[in-house]
Amino acid sequence: MPDGQENIPHLLTGLMPRATFFSQMVNRGILGHYVATASLATGSYETFNNFAAVPPDHPTVFEYFRKDLKRPAVDAWVVAPSNGFNRIGESGNRAYGRGWGAGVILPKRLLAAALSSSEGPSYEHLLRDNYETPLYASELGGHQIELHQMAEVLRLSVADFAAHARVLASPDELSVYIARQLMRQLAPSLLWITLHDIDIAHSGTYSLYLEAIQRTDRLCGEIWNNIQSEPEYAGKTTMFILPDFGRDSDDDAGGNGFQHHRTGDPLSRTTWMMAMGPGVRENLVVERPTEPTDLVPTLGAILGFDARLSQGKPLPEVL
Amino acid sequence: MLPRDLNASQFAGYPPQARQLAVGRVALLQQLPIAFLPLLLREIIVYDWKFPPERTELDHQLAYLESRSPGERGQLLAGFQKLRLPPALESFDWVNEPGQFSEQLTAHLWATLQIDAFRTAAIDYVRTVNAAAPHAPPAMSRLSMVVLGKDVAENKYRLFRKLRPYGVYFSHVRPENGLRILLDAAASRAQAHPAPYGHWYIDGGSQETVSSEGLVRFSYDSLATARAALQEKMQKTFQSGIGPEAFRTMLARMRPEELGMGDAPDAVLTRFQVSLLTEGSGTQIFSTTFVQWAAREAFRRAQPVTLLLRFAPRQRARPMNELLAETQRKPELDPQGSLVDADMGAYYTWLNQQRLAGAATSSFLVWFENHNEALAIGPALSRGAESNSPVDLQDLVKQVS
Repeated sequence: MPDGQENIPHLLTGLMPRATFFSQMVNRGILGHYVATASLATGSYETFNNFAAVPPDHPTVFEYFRKDLKRPAVDAWVVAPSNGFNRIGESGNRAYGRGWGAGVILPKRLLAAALSSSEGPSYEHLLRDNYETPLYASELGGHQIELHQMAEVLRLSVADFAAHARVLASPDELSVYIARQLMRQLAPSLLWITLHDIDIAHSGTYSLYLEAIQRTDRLCGEIWNNIQSEPEYAGKTTMFILPDFGRDSDDDAGGNGFQHHRTGDPLSRTTWMMAMGPGVRENLVVERPTEPTDLVPTLGAILGFDARLSQGKPLPEVL
Repeated sequence: MLPRDLNASQFAGYPPQARQLAVGRVALLQQLPIAFLPLLLREIIVYDWKFPPERTELDHQLAYLESRSPGERGQLLAGFQKLRLPPALESFDWVNEPGQFSEQLTAHLWATLQIDAFRTAAIDYVRTVNAAAPHAPPAMSRLSMVVLGKDVAENKYRLFRKLRPYGVYFSHVRPENGLRILLDAAASRAQAHPAPYGHWYIDGGSQETVSSEGLVRFSYDSLATARAALQEKMQKTFQSGIGPEAFRTMLARMRPEELGMGDAPDAVLTRFQVSLLTEGSGTQIFSTTFVQWAAREAFRRAQPVTLLLRFAPRQRARPMNELLAETQRKPELDPQGSLVDADMGAYYTWLNQQRLAGAATSSFLVWFENHNEALAIGPALSRGAESNSPVDLQDLVKQVS
């Protein structure tokens, strides 16, 4: 087994055999997590400041989906552990934008609010989740769901939420828990989950990076299992899994290996994507170069909306 | 301001040696592209605190640029010349704040999708300049010795997995007196071949006693006061609500005296130590990260011929449920996680050593402290081999010396 594959057993043996796997997904945009994930969501390479609390310039997949298909607000959701992702739900595009986006849930933000509402110590440190800049937490200013809305929307009491969080090891586990609540209570047609634990790599601790990879691998398996166990989803759901980009190569003297993604070298730009679900061919590897901007037009081709302002192209291998 | 408008008086704020260097080259600097010149000034402005090899390289670089005809220089720097910069960057005070200019330039290049063109231009430039003045091999063969796994009683992680293809894995090492042997070996090399900043010992815990004036040495613990001062400043800056760019600028401007290091006798080394804490991500918190980054920067900048690294247990990263259970708790150590960190750190140290001149004759030794495993790489050693013969650290040092 090639070095490192022992850390991703769920992806390799549980999901890969069911998936079409794109092995050369090349990100030609900015390698910062928020701006890159926003680019994934719009199908266009966004160029805003990665650390600014701003909406994407181009319409997001959620806006295309809701506007073209006339879907209600409760049918598209984003769950993201990092506070920096609070504006990812809808763009600043005039033809789409406000009112057409997805609901955004930031579980850590909710958790800090839930715990702060009771007497006791401050949990502000939970919000410092930007591993690229220690101690820094993005400002809010988007339309993320607030604590009282969570109880309403997810039918989950603040006390139960806080109690459950106390037995979880990481923010990503909390995100997957919230995603499952969403699936059970609202069964949205479009659900976007961003996992962020792996970015602990910026601290330079390889063991913590490995643990995060193993946890993420397990959580990906759990999400797929959740899909198969929920009647609203089982047998009629397509799941895409992809990193936003890679990390610097060990061989690039300008970087420091796994720790960062600053060099723009081929390894930091090249990653992969897997797709699985009804109609998607199983155990197929696509080796031609693709780009993450192809995701949104592909989703448009599957779901029936027109990602007219995206820069990518639908991937025929999964259509 | 554009480079052609430069004059000598604009370098009045530079430290003495940097000022002399810049003033003596104004005619050259005036001819360099705006996307390149501030990056060169970023190196010149810290000339007073550079290690000898860095000075030599910068001197070579300037001499090479001066020796080219305008046409040759234009061709060499054409990749930089083609980059599109906004007026705001041109009007920035890049003479006195080249570091901040560099940060803004980087952000602009990413945002305008010009970062790949910049990367290509930079690689081509460095390759050409280095080819014109190849680095001389070191006066003695380079040797790195890495000690890892302090306080680990039992280990199931397969050590040295990335290094094994390049050397001999020893599975029956006699550990007795091992650390002392390696310390003495480093000291002995420093005494036999004295060179400014040529021999280093960096410890991730507290420093062991070692007798050699010629050995640069410091430990994570020895910087505890500076780290505490820095963390306090970082905390206050965070609470003030400034953005990440300003946060990084604050770190980049940090001076030794602000961290209680103003009285240190060696200004060059002190500046280096400050840079480890302010430019390294995670070095303020995790000792394993600190040691790996310190080794990387020592090789990149000082190019020592002897480097002894000792990783020690870092503090344990607490999972979310523990953080929720109580916010204040005495930090615990994580020896096993630190061993895994250090194993990768050893590999990166070897990679960084092999980037330097004289790589073909360089050697490397890594040992699992107080245990029986070690790996040695050197010109006289086999690659991808394994030895089950009993051996002690003294034998291993001989094999890599």
